[in-house]
Amino acid sequence: MAKAKQSRYLMVYIGIFLVFLYSPALLLPIFSFNDSTIVAFPLGGFTLAWFIEVFKTEPLLAAALNSLLVAVITSVFATIFGIFAARASTRYQFTGKRGIMGLIMVPMVLPEIIIGVSLLVVILQLGFNLSLTTIILGHILLCLPFCTAILSAGFQGLDRSFEEASQDLGRSRLETFWYITLPLVMPAIISSLLISFTISLDEFIIAFFLSGTDATLPVYIWGQLRFPTRIPIILALGTVLLLVSLTLLIIAEYFRRIGARKTGNEIKGGLF
Amino acid sequence: MNFSLIQKIRGQSGLILVSPPFFYALLLLAFPLMGVLALSFWTQDYLELNRGFTLDNYREAWTGAIYQALMLRSLKISILVTLLTVVLAFPVAYFISFHVPPKKKPLWIFLITIPFWTSYLIRIFLWKVILGFNGVINGSLIGIGLIDEPLKFLLFNQGAIVVTLSHAWIPFAILPIYVALEKIDRSLLEASEDLGDGPVRRFIRVTLPLAMPGIIAATLIVFIPTIGDYVTPKLVGGPNGLLIANMIEVQFKKANNAPLGAALALSAMFVVSTMAMVFLWFNRKYLKQGQ
Repeated sequence: MAKAKQSRYLMVYIGIFLVFLYSPALLLPIFSFNDSTIVAFPLGGFTLAWFIEVFKTEPLLAAALNSLLVAVITSVFATIFGIFAARASTRYQFTGKRGIMGLIMVPMVLPEIIIGVSLLVVILQLGFNLSLTTIILGHILLCLPFCTAILSAGFQGLDRSFEEASQDLGRSRLETFWYITLPLVMPAIISSLLISFTISLDEFIIAFFLSGTDATLPVYIWGQLRFPTRIPIILALGTVLLLVSLTLLIIAEYFRRIGARKTGNEIKGGLF
Repeated sequence: MNFSLIQKIRGQSGLILVSPPFFYALLLLAFPLMGVLALSFWTQDYLELNRGFTLDNYREAWTGAIYQALMLRSLKISILVTLLTVVLAFPVAYFISFHVPPKKKPLWIFLITIPFWTSYLIRIFLWKVILGFNGVINGSLIGIGLIDEPLKFLLFNQGAIVVTLSHAWIPFAILPIYVALEKIDRSLLEASEDLGDGPVRRFIRVTLPLAMPGIIAATLIVFIPTIGDYVTPKLVGGPNGLLIANMIEVQFKKANNAPLGAALALSAMFVVSTMAMVFLWFNRKYLKQGQ
């Protein structure tokens, strides 16, 4: 009796919480289809004009392209570095392991403004110009701990007997890594690529400090938020981004399940 | 001997393997942080750096009235955000861990994160739309006739910052608490019940202490980064809602006083990590006593 009452309170709380959680995200599609430049109720009619405007605004598209470029390069490098770090930490013991891995993981708990500021200081002191490259350098640093964490989990879940079997059958260590290990941890690699891609795509604080004349998408959005008439376009852009991210997430989940099947682990729940 | 030789070679291959990411982090993190540290002891005269050693920046950062006020306000807001986030997150994590059937759990975790897969800036901005003068809350309250005039206290104050930041960080608090709750051996709960504990006592004596590692992780994950946020205060904080991160940005960009900015940034980091350390120490003490 008391238990039923308790869980009813909990259910009510969860309901209210979901409203709180989803209210901004639900406003996004509402106002991006709303036929009015003022972002407020009551709503005007239905329009697709803002979405059309998103794909017609040159600087926005340029910024989106910059962001894609930054995110792709970042995710590739962060994942490659992550593979090195994850493999070393899951397979080997070496001197200074704790300190070295600690340094690699630090950006996870460092306020982003500190990363941005410290890179800015060094880059300017060394006389380099700010550009997309400097943003990429910062983003790789930021993404590296997340990639390392994901890839470490991947390497840990690996059944070592596969690698041993390959070596027993005469493959060299490098061949074994290439033909056996990599395919087995491929799902983790893809998750790592997607996560770092998403982090980089949405990162604002570091990009804001390290951007030169070329803006990334968040830096462009930040500039536009000052102009009330531009807001509906930005909200439409937000809706597009939400859809793109969700698609990527679903792809990531698909690969995770394939991976779980490959390494022989049971699929724990899964999303759907 | 052979064995130790193999170990030695293995150890070296570990070092070789880890060296690319390690040198990257050394070059782009450790070295720049040293640079900031050095910079904080220098002075800047417009664009010229003066490399003479001085503690003036720290004196200014720790005793200047405006910097003190901003630092205290930032700490207050970070603490409030952390408390609110963890308190809001715990029941949700508890619900998913204890009331959702195992097969549905990943779906629920996914549900919790969906709203966060759009631009961070746009998410923060939407809170402005919700809380604003012509915003959703005011519009609905006027619409149903509860109020005649829009409420002005919703936006452009520190309360708005706390709500917005809590919303932004809540999945990062739910996840570690959920993981800790999942690890609790359910037979311990049954044992506590068999030994005569009611639901409240069972919760306080078994569930909560065992969930502590998750709660601690959530607290640190939320507390440390919020001190560095300057987007939220700028968008929803109003004139009295600027925080230390905004001042750091101003010093580095508009005010052309990078050394003071560096001193402020390092001081903020110092304060936050000290508080995190004290928090961890208290918890360790508390948890040891509990055992």
